Amino acid sequence: MKNRWSRQILAAVLVNSIYAMKNYPAVLFNTALAPLSFLLIVNFVSRGGLVGQAIEGAFIMSMFSNGMALQGDLSHLKNDLKLQDMVVSTPTTPGVYVLGMAISEIVYSLPALLTLVGLTAVFVHPNVTQGVELLAVMLLMFTVSVTIGFTLSTFSSDIVQSFAFSGLISTLFTTLPPVYYPITYIPLPFRYLAYLSPTTYAAEIAQSTTGFLQLSTVELIFAWVILIAITVTLALIAVKKARWREV
Amino acid sequence: MRNGELYCSELTKVYSGSGGKRALDSVNLTIPSRGILALIGMNGAGKTTLVRILATQLEPTSGIAQIDGVDVVKEPKKLRERIATVPQEARPVPWMTPLQTVVSYLLWRGVAYAEAKRRGAEALGRVGLDDQGTKLNRRLSGGQRRKVLVATALAADAEITFLDEPTTGLDPLSRRELWRSLQELAKERFLVLTTHYLEEAEQLADMIAVLDEGRLAGVGTLDQLRSLVKYQYSIRYSIRLPSIPERPTVKEGTVTTGRDGEIQVLTSEEEAYRISRELLERGARFSVNRISLDDVFFHLVGSTGVPKQ
Repeated sequence: MKNRWSRQILAAVLVNSIYAMKNYPAVLFNTALAPLSFLLIVNFVSRGGLVGQAIEGAFIMSMFSNGMALQGDLSHLKNDLKLQDMVVSTPTTPGVYVLGMAISEIVYSLPALLTLVGLTAVFVHPNVTQGVELLAVMLLMFTVSVTIGFTLSTFSSDIVQSFAFSGLISTLFTTLPPVYYPITYIPLPFRYLAYLSPTTYAAEIAQSTTGFLQLSTVELIFAWVILIAITVTLALIAVKKARWREV
Repeated sequence: MRNGELYCSELTKVYSGSGGKRALDSVNLTIPSRGILALIGMNGAGKTTLVRILATQLEPTSGIAQIDGVDVVKEPKKLRERIATVPQEARPVPWMTPLQTVVSYLLWRGVAYAEAKRRGAEALGRVGLDDQGTKLNRRLSGGQRRKVLVATALAADAEITFLDEPTTGLDPLSRRELWRSLQELAKERFLVLTTHYLEEAEQLADMIAVLDEGRLAGVGTLDQLRSLVKYQYSIRYSIRLPSIPERPTVKEGTVTTGRDGEIQVLTSEEEAYRISRELLERGARFSVNRISLDDVFFHLVGSTGVPKQ
């Protein structure tokens, strides 16, 4: 069974990232462009004062955008190419299919992620504990966006609609909230709105972990609890509502 | 309900947002699950809906569907171990090569990578794409892309294969080559295909099911379907020809006039002989044959002689 799952995951990774990267090398730069552009802008505007926060923000944006990109990719494979229909009629389960596709998004954005890992090592230099905490936050962020992406993709029937949704959600959750800078930069009435986005909690935890933001223990625990709760809730919704076989 | 049978009972599908229109309307069907079953019908007759339900991609609104005793709705996992499918509007992923397409599909079926590559190359050879295996799919012609998908189904070597319009877009030669592959595949297996080409169903199918507006209009072997028509001979001629100032008298049989002016007379052997002689005397061009699937189809579907678009 494990062999079978690994083959099914490999299929998704090959189709959605390796073959695309191999046959269209230009895509290697694609995923790195948006997060690194924001990083540069924030760094220039803050005259280097927010470089650490901006790198962590670029990480969060990358992970979240990867999950949202999954929505567009799944929709394209399902609605335009009918590949998902072919896969539905195989022993592949929806969980393994989505896991494979999610891993493929990570593989697809490896150029961006490796660049950011390098920048983190140079400018943030976290210790092992901080590194583990950052990794956990990024994985939660990715899980949140994957669950949103998969659920939306199963309902969408049109690729234009899918890309519009993924662009909209990515902007709402990664560029409007305080991801690239501390939440304290936002005037108070608008700060409450920022807390509607899961990326705000992720950025708070990341910035607090590496000393860019001072949070009390209670605030930190609260941010973790909210982020985990959002992840679990969205995952449950995805499992319950997402459709593998159409109705 | 038994092993060795495709069984449908009151199978019905109403799509949400269709205003209650039945895409499949109480389909009852019991046929052997071996050889080739061809589903024929006009656009929107329900062929794809039936295939998608049987291939566990779509839930029916009501009714039962079983293949070899396995319930399509209740036991999809069990069935998915045994089926392969190529949907009607499927296209191979444009950024992949034909070989990569087949290999990835086989990996999803759980086949090991090395074995998938071997079977992929072999299947592409069977559909005449052995020299195109490393070209990107987006650079292939429409017919070649279709062949890539058929090759994935062939490579799967599944017990039950669903092909929704597998030969659409293929040139006549490729179509006949593919027919041979499908006949080979179906020797030990069950192949369900939909087609708009009645000649294809006639040539390939062991069983033919005719769908009309969601209902099963007829099912059986070609001879069984022919027997549904009272008259076994068909004469076709055109009234636009100047050599036929008036129609020959038809004492027995049914006369259908198509929109293109073609007359079809379904009649008995003796009457066909008599009408033929009359047409010959007038020097008319006409054809006389034992009824074909085309004639049966028009009879069952109730067309005026020209297929609905």
